[in-house]
Amino acid sequence: MKSVVIVGAGQAGFQTAASLRMEGFDGGITLIGEEPHLPYQRPPLSKAFLAGKQDASHLPFRPERFYSDHSIDLELSQSVVAIGRASRRVALAGRRMVDYDVLVLATGARVRKLSMSGALYLRDIDDAIQIKARLEPAGSVAIVGGGFIGLEVASVARAMGKSVTVVEAQDRLMPRCIAPVVSDFFLELHRREGVNIVLNSTAIPAADLTIAGIGVIPNTELAQAAGLAVRNGIVVDAFLKTSDPNIFAIGDCAEMNGVRLESVQNAADQAKCIAAQIVHGPAEYKAVPWFWTDQFDIKLQMAGIWSPRLRAVVRGSVEARRFSVYYFDGERLAAADSINSPGDHVKARKLLASGEKLEL
Amino acid sequence: MPLFGKKAQETASVTYISDAGAVTRVDVPLGDSVMEGAIKNGIDGIVAECGGACMCATCHVYVDPSWLDRLPPMQEDENAMLESTASPRHANSRLSCQLRVTSDFDGLVVTTPPTQQ
Repeated sequence: MKSVVIVGAGQAGFQTAASLRMEGFDGGITLIGEEPHLPYQRPPLSKAFLAGKQDASHLPFRPERFYSDHSIDLELSQSVVAIGRASRRVALAGRRMVDYDVLVLATGARVRKLSMSGALYLRDIDDAIQIKARLEPAGSVAIVGGGFIGLEVASVARAMGKSVTVVEAQDRLMPRCIAPVVSDFFLELHRREGVNIVLNSTAIPAADLTIAGIGVIPNTELAQAAGLAVRNGIVVDAFLKTSDPNIFAIGDCAEMNGVRLESVQNAADQAKCIAAQIVHGPAEYKAVPWFWTDQFDIKLQMAGIWSPRLRAVVRGSVEARRFSVYYFDGERLAAADSINSPGDHVKARKLLASGEKLEL
Repeated sequence: MPLFGKKAQETASVTYISDAGAVTRVDVPLGDSVMEGAIKNGIDGIVAECGGACMCATCHVYVDPSWLDRLPPMQEDENAMLESTASPRHANSRLSCQLRVTSDFDGLVVTTPPTQQ
């Protein structure tokens, strides 16, 4: 009988525990989280929860009894301060030790901060509650960063009737993850909805409330202190193993083939992959990445990983706000972005998984 | 967990039948989804990986045929995502995250598929 200790109770950590039991694992499972709350979903924090369309009761992945029903030792408000790789145990703050046979690092990421004080950031439920409370009386909102979080918050704030300005340092919106044609579409959307978007700028305008969404820093310090290989994330191989064969790293904190993804899909699929490996033996991680964002009445669904070297082919009607952009590496489909076209998105995910050729 | 608590409210009765035949009746608060009714009550046949964003098809259910016409019609995203379910899609397949419970749902019966992933 093995015991698995999971550090981090976000999407990746929760899913590891749940999937281990689903796979029939009957050893010990300890799930350790720093927050006091039951493990919960983050995507709604910048969407339905912030907009007041969904209250906090909808956020937990599972109710408290799920953990006892499945013999998952859920340790909340606890932080791991050190990993003893030779003795295979982790030390919690307060000096308690927990032994492991397999350790899973699902430590996530924390927000990158501005040098100015007074700005708010959105990462966890407490941040979202604070932003929601401050947003209500605010007349004007300045948002630093035209990425997914910034633009989702901008659309919620604008729908509440606030005067909203977004400043983005790059020359287009969401520049890291989507192609210029899709950036342009969202620029037009936000401007038409009355959001003031300022590109190529880091000058933060005066506003009642300043919210920054300028990226995250992976939580790699614990791994680094334990001597594990770390670059832009905790380095893992094709099996999600770190440089220590008894330690996996998954989710926002893990870097595979030089890529570190921050998404529900990545966290959940990596968790399921290692849970299956712990129970059934080694298997490489091969899932197709996907992601989504809701801004105003537009849903953008992404499959695969976009990069600037890919050739873009647009299908559908940009004017009708219903189109997909397919990205090719030579003849091979590498990624697709779908705007209000869920059928295209599902098809793209299937093609990316099967490697079949796309006929346009 | 006061943060995640919810005050008592009106409910509708929904019955979940597992692939193995286990029957669980749940009083689901109006406004919650059929998916939430399952996960908040320890019904393991529904996974709901994306949390109800209609992005993952792991909350697939088979609706009792007598209920098919009484449920709100399917939107395009649900119809699309149902093309990627792990268990076969049938004429009575729905994604339970998209079924928001109203008083009209009282007595609904759904069956969970053999697998969700």
